[in-house]
Amino acid sequence: MTAPTTTTGPGGDVTGPHLTDADVVVVGGGPAGSCAALVAARAGLRVVLLERGPFPGSKNMYGGVVYPRILDQLIPQWWTQAPVQRWITRRSTMLLTDTQAMSVDFRSQAWAAAPHNGATAVRPEWDRWLAEEAAAAGAQVVCSTTVTGLLRDGHRIVGVRTDRPDGDLTARVVVACDGVNSFLAKQAGLYEHADAAHYTVGVKETLALPKATIDERFNVRDRDGVDIEILGGTGGVNGGAFLYTNLESVSVGVVLKVPKLAAQQRRPEEIIAALKAHPAITPLVDGGELVEYSAHLIPEAGLAMMPKVVADGMVVAGDAAALCLAAGIWLEGVNFAMASGMYAGESVVEAVRAGDVSETGLAGYRRRLADSFVLRDHRKLRRAPSLVLSDRVQHRYPPMIANTIERMFRVDNPAPKPGLRRILAEERKRAGVRVRDLARDAWDAMRTFG
Amino acid sequence: MSATGGPRSASTYPSLPFTERMATVEFRVHDRAHIVVDAAVCRDCSVRGCVVACPANLFVPTADGGIVFNYEQCFECGTCYLACDREGAITWSYPEGGHGVVFRHT
Ligand SMILES: Cc1cc2nc3c(=O)[nH]c(=O)nc-3n(C[C@H](O)[C@H](O)[C@H](O)COP(=O)(O)OP(=O)(O)OC[C@H]3O[C@@H](n4cnc5c(N)ncnc54)[C@H](O)[C@@H]3O)c2cc1C
Ligand code: SF4
Ligand code: SF4
Repeated sequence: MTAPTTTTGPGGDVTGPHLTDADVVVVGGGPAGSCAALVAARAGLRVVLLERGPFPGSKNMYGGVVYPRILDQLIPQWWTQAPVQRWITRRSTMLLTDTQAMSVDFRSQAWAAAPHNGATAVRPEWDRWLAEEAAAAGAQVVCSTTVTGLLRDGHRIVGVRTDRPDGDLTARVVVACDGVNSFLAKQAGLYEHADAAHYTVGVKETLALPKATIDERFNVRDRDGVDIEILGGTGGVNGGAFLYTNLESVSVGVVLKVPKLAAQQRRPEEIIAALKAHPAITPLVDGGELVEYSAHLIPEAGLAMMPKVVADGMVVAGDAAALCLAAGIWLEGVNFAMASGMYAGESVVEAVRAGDVSETGLAGYRRRLADSFVLRDHRKLRRAPSLVLSDRVQHRYPPMIANTIERMFRVDNPAPKPGLRRILAEERKRAGVRVRDLARDAWDAMRTFG
Repeated sequence: MSATGGPRSASTYPSLPFTERMATVEFRVHDRAHIVVDAAVCRDCSVRGCVVACPANLFVPTADGGIVFNYEQCFECGTCYLACDREGAITWSYPEGGHGVVFRHT
């Protein structure tokens, strides 16, 4: 691999040395941007990574669990150096009503050993680490720099404008990894329309607790950790909730559909307070001292909102391309960001080497996404976001299920035990669920998750 | 019937004053307001989705029916411009590089 200071390849669109400031400008030092920069820099391209925060990760917030296996391809034995809080060995899915809780609790000690499955990590550490990896590969990481727009030559994108003095930066390809609000993808006309219904807002509290207290309350030892995904507990606003263990803190928060949140009266921090007051949650978080309150948007609608990901001179990766899988009990974005960033980097290298950075030359990106888990998982789970966030799943099924189980386990002597089928029928009616809808949703769930 | 909309008033969890909540977050405030709210457009808005939805509680209704907005303690999340459906009410951009919110434990 050689650093192409001049391009003389067939069809090369650049003939002199350094006609652009960089071969590649990557916007955004999140997981997508750092992986894109890492790959392009390793291939010998001149890469500049721009981040508006004072350090990579300083603007980024999420629930708390990364699934880093895609890094096997980029950083061998990544688990020996990644800034991990705990390795997830227990994963619970919890259903909450006002007074009830039901959990499906899974534990695998296999996940405590390399190469692991999920890990809790905090983004100011995780994102900074990944950006350092990109820098070590030769990318120039420039922080405290906000990109304010795209530079164009006709319809070709040829660089970015920043808020620095003389801040224009030309490049052969711009990789937009600027996150969920992606003003770059919008400015390039890649989003048809931004519909508020496609977004949820995540709001969380990081609560400090001693390690021994966390170990005891969550039934884990050493670096083992717990991931609890919650349906219900969002104050009647469509969404979900979560509770994760860091080493010496827990992350507790809610994810709320923006238009639904805006159309009711309870504020996000009040919804979190009610969640923490739930009898199933209080014993886990009690006494935790608030060390940070935070909020961030999530692109929630999957394939339904995905923009075009390639333009002349630009590709879009990560949340900027809505490549986030937020489908109920799945909340995965960092892995999709790292993977799409990696594929964006590979495709850019290919295009620059071939001397064609047009939409056609960059088409390998779309192909790589389609052939990998990135688009396959999204296609497989394409019905999940609307199903999981539907009014029935959110408001009617949880009490129906919890009440059914409560009556099944209730010992009402001298009354004899009722049959399960009768209880179910009664609770279904009480929850106002029609058989037809229940059957359809069950069928949808089978097709989606099956 | 809502699964979670029932009585919740008797929260056993001690509530933290909002200013203390926001004091846990670091903000490197720039002189320029990165978000500007046009009070004239807000004046006859009855929806007021911003007031309940902004996680930082930066949209404050005034006694005379207006909205006061402070940009300093903003998460830069984007919820407000999505929640508001009035053209021209919110002009939204990111702060200058190196400024605004700095997360540490997220
Ligand atoms: C509440 C919540 C919970 C979540 N839980 C999980 C979870 O448990 N597991 C998981 O895998 N995913 C989770 N996600 C999703 C995950 O956080 C995202 O999918 C992921 O961060 C996307 O990475 P990215 O690199 O595409 O974007 P980001 O991480 O958002 O990075 C974008 C970067 O670009 C920078 N930037 C933006 N605009 C500009 C500009 N104009 N100029 C310069 N720099 C700019 C930003 O400062 C930022 O550093 C969650 C998200 C939220 C909000
Ligand atoms: S910002 Fe939008 S939602 Fe809020 S008061 Fe003004 S017009 Fe209404
Ligand atoms: S961007 Fe987020 S924190 Fe800032 S004013 Fe808007 S809703 Fe509030």
